[in-house]
Amino acid sequence: MTAAAVRAARPAQNLWSGVLFGVGLIAFIDEAVFHQLLHWHHFYDLSTPAIGLVSDGVFHAISWFATIAGLFLLADLRRHDALNWRRWAGGVLLGAGAFQLYDGTVQHKVFGIHQIRYVSDVFVYDLAWNLTAMAMILAGGVLVWLTRAGAAVQVERAPR
Amino acid sequence: MAGVAHGPVVRGVAAGAAGAAGPLAAAAHDRFVAHMWAHLVGGMVAPLLLVLAAPVTLALRTLDVTPARRLSRLLRSAPARVLAHPVVAAALSAGGLWVLYLTPIFDAMRDQPLVHVLVHAHLVAAGALFYASVIGPDPRPHPPGRVLTAAVLVATIASHGILAKFLYANPPAGLAVADVRAGAQLMYYAGAWVEAVVIVIFCAQWYRAAGVTSSRASQRAGRLPERA
Repeated sequence: MTAAAVRAARPAQNLWSGVLFGVGLIAFIDEAVFHQLLHWHHFYDLSTPAIGLVSDGVFHAISWFATIAGLFLLADLRRHDALNWRRWAGGVLLGAGAFQLYDGTVQHKVFGIHQIRYVSDVFVYDLAWNLTAMAMILAGGVLVWLTRAGAAVQVERAPR
Repeated sequence: MAGVAHGPVVRGVAAGAAGAAGPLAAAAHDRFVAHMWAHLVGGMVAPLLLVLAAPVTLALRTLDVTPARRLSRLLRSAPARVLAHPVVAAALSAGGLWVLYLTPIFDAMRDQPLVHVLVHAHLVAAGALFYASVIGPDPRPHPPGRVLTAAVLVATIASHGILAKFLYANPPAGLAVADVRAGAQLMYYAGAWVEAVVIVIFCAQWYRAAGVTSSRASQRAGRLPERA
């Protein structure tokens, strides 16, 4: 395969491998840094028990699975010489940003499972949290757009 | 028995026994944290070790022809096929835990030795059945689909995490709240490590199978096998 063909190979797998790992990575950072090191919020905040229990449990399971499965997809791309690091990084940013935005809007605000931190000016934390999420989505989206399957093909067909 | 690895089976049985008898089981009677250690060792680690030891392969290699054929026929039978389905195995294993903690069985287990032994036997057996159904290295006549298996795996991991948090929030009557909360956190965090091991094994099996498929495909296409 030519270098251009390799870069254009398996665009969906490059994207999904990154997205899965990104979701797992951001969930891990949330759990390790904010739950366990800083103690800003806990794994269960006793606010709305039923939804809190189920949604946290499901997301813990999915993120745990996503981290590992995403890395195995990455290994599969490498052994087929089809890994495009830029597209993969775009997927990581998209997955991480989307998960953080979901956490910051639906889980924190709609369901009220937990807040980022229990202080009076939580709005500042919410703003920083969700702006970070949107920045990651934007950066990831740009990388994914630049590395889309059509991008490489268009360059090759340009003379026509 | 030369050439057949029975060490892994011994380790699995030893871990299973540690949860049911001995100092850990004795401590489990008084303290929920110890009970949860017994659950982790006996209900998660022991069945995993037993299944990874490939007990069916071991039996088929060591048994005489007639009993080996009977075992093989039994494993291919319709009831065995239903029991070994990931959904059924998950219901028996993960569902069994909810029944244990949400019904009077939990109290009965603490009071009556016979119930304790039965509950423990169920946990080891159902756990082994579940692991065999999702990551069993033994030959499987009717292997389940990988996507279905992945979904069942995620659902059971979620169920385990939800139950851990449920126990944290709703400690069983008659137990110290701090003790139950420590046990629930142990169930959540230590359980996650066992679950990660299972996910890695599941993904590695899939990865290896995909590698075999793609190198066969490139051989058919007349090319050299791609590097593994």
